[in-house]
Amino acid sequence: MLEFLFLFIIVTAGTGGELCVSRAMKVVGEVHDFRPAAVVRFVFRAMRVGWMWIGIAMMTLAFFSLLAMLSIENVSFVVPVTALSYAAGALGAMLFLHERICPQRWLGVAIVCAGVTLVWLSRR
Amino acid sequence: MAIHREPSALGLYLRARTFERQCKGQSRNGMNDSPGPHLKTYVLIFFIVLFAPLGNVLLSKGMKGVGSAKNWVPSDIFHILASIITSGYIWLGIACLLTFFVAYMLVLTWADYSYVQPASSFSYAVVAMLGYFLLGEAVPPLRWIGISVICVGVFIVGHTHPRTAEKA
Repeated sequence: MLEFLFLFIIVTAGTGGELCVSRAMKVVGEVHDFRPAAVVRFVFRAMRVGWMWIGIAMMTLAFFSLLAMLSIENVSFVVPVTALSYAAGALGAMLFLHERICPQRWLGVAIVCAGVTLVWLSRR
Repeated sequence: MAIHREPSALGLYLRARTFERQCKGQSRNGMNDSPGPHLKTYVLIFFIVLFAPLGNVLLSKGMKGVGSAKNWVPSDIFHILASIITSGYIWLGIACLLTFFVAYMLVLTWADYSYVQPASSFSYAVVAMLGYFLLGEAVPPLRWIGISVICVGVFIVGHTHPRTAEKA
């Protein structure tokens, strides 16, 4: 039961964090200048966006949940099942970023979910 | 004889600036057509496929040493957090994951996302192999099949162009 909870947090908080960072990046704008000073200025500009901090907080939560899950399950089980974040990412992009996901990507996501199910069934 | 020179910082900068234009007109091999970056791309993809699983394996090794909380009460969690911070394996794992992240960001400045992401799907198989060989984990056949299916799924997801997702 605990594994379900940790996996849920890893997938939802991890994907949610990435979506928040993605939203923050869209606020900051596209990077055109890759010189070190410009990159540092870009990072400071990103840090002034609230979505960035929400994203970092969620990804930190996902990281500690990953550590907790690794303390009770094998790494050859934990890492593959976290591939479920591809499904969460596609759903999140569609619902929160209002992006249209092409059918080929949905097919890939469905295959990933089938693979995760097989890995979950292999748990002893 | 053609000399394959490593691109200068200015070269990398200019290449990064033209990345968007390259995304609009995909090259046949998913990389810049100049001969220089090919070897570098393969080296960095190797880093991605190796360091992400290695980082996770080291985190796993560290967490097995730290142990799991019995009751998940605050005092237990605090004790575990203290053990995590002082674990060498955890820090090594974080260093590997940072290396992976830097390699991933670097390679995306000149190689196509639709080329890098499917290539990095192999890391799911590598993590199982490292778990089996380095940590002595038992990996049943069904898990290998599941991991193979995941690799195929990630490969397909990665082959969809990142900008095919138009606004609804």
